[in-house]
Amino acid sequence: MHSLLEFTLWIAAGSFLAGLLGSLTGLGGGVIIVPLLTLVFHVDIRYAIGASLVSVIATSSGAAAAYLREGFSNIRVGMFLELATTIGALCGAFLATRVPAGAIAIVFGIVLLYSAWTSIKPDENVPIHERTDRLATLLKLDGTYPARDGNLRAYHVRRVPLGFALMYVAGTLSGLLGIGSGAVKVLAMDRAMRIPFKVSTTTSNFMIGVTAAASAGIYLHRGYIDPGLAMPVMLGVLLGALLGARILPEAKVRTLRTIFGVAIGAVAVEMIVKGVKGHF
Amino acid sequence: METARHGISEKRFESVMGALLRAGVILAAAIVLSGGAMYLLKFDSVRPDYRVFRSEANDLRYMHGILGAAAAGHPRGLIQLGLLLLIATPVARVAFSVIAYVSERDWLYAAITLFVLGVLLYSLTSP
Repeated sequence: MHSLLEFTLWIAAGSFLAGLLGSLTGLGGGVIIVPLLTLVFHVDIRYAIGASLVSVIATSSGAAAAYLREGFSNIRVGMFLELATTIGALCGAFLATRVPAGAIAIVFGIVLLYSAWTSIKPDENVPIHERTDRLATLLKLDGTYPARDGNLRAYHVRRVPLGFALMYVAGTLSGLLGIGSGAVKVLAMDRAMRIPFKVSTTTSNFMIGVTAAASAGIYLHRGYIDPGLAMPVMLGVLLGALLGARILPEAKVRTLRTIFGVAIGAVAVEMIVKGVKGHF
Repeated sequence: METARHGISEKRFESVMGALLRAGVILAAAIVLSGGAMYLLKFDSVRPDYRVFRSEANDLRYMHGILGAAAAGHPRGLIQLGLLLLIATPVARVAFSVIAYVSERDWLYAAITLFVLGVLLYSLTSP
């Protein structure tokens, strides 16, 4: 049996690694920290989700300043879609208190499998649409981003209702599982709404904090956020993510993503199997 | 002319927002860290069992109780105060956006952000 100090330091070290890998691979810290806490440290999944959720807010808010400065994130797209993610997050948080822990673990495993797949598959470049969309124009969603040559490139946002619906799903998963749901948010913006990939990922990161805050209040009131556990998790993930963002430009991300995607896929299977067997 | 002016104000808006978020996170992390240090020094031998879920004590679940526990110098209350502040940073960001959109007379986005703010405040104050 470890002492409290040892246990806390182990959790902090694991969280640091989770934050670092989450930021380097683009998966986010939440999808790594919850399996780490439950499968390795045998923490109840509800405590794990509560601690993960606060660490997700920390990384999103902590990195937002850098992303906003680069000029990729589309604030209006983020604000508009937060309507869907925050309502989804409330529903997810209420659902979490009614659904058995085993079922949460199974859903978590499925989301993890999807994240693993997005991490392994090669990036595709979605062509930029020339035509404008009526709803997107009405909501003033179209934007520009700095292209490689230094010029601003304009893009048009498409299929707003589909993107909005997917964002509701992303919010629900975030509230249910205590993760940022970055993979589903990017799916909604990049695939459905045809927003350039770099704009999608940075806008997603920017939205994650607000989405997580919508369910964090509920989790706090339900007693899921334990200070003794959330403290090392939040500090560890935050430091790891900040370091990851710093070394990201020089890192060989492609190989790392592939190796890591396979590892995450294996963890996903373990979570599903344990969830089905009722080990949560 | 119109678009140029719009662009500049949006740029400033973004930098203020980024600074606001970073300041909130730094302050929250500092409070969590000092509460954490006190917690580890004070209860070095007792390790909670997280394998079994028991809801947190009532005074660490609501804003009022957390403020009281932190003011009384309880380490766990202090950590919880830092976490509460962290949860409040995105809320402050959205509140700031409401003000910015109103000052730009962008009523559509003022309404959108106001609604999001309502959802967040509901979550923070719900029983």
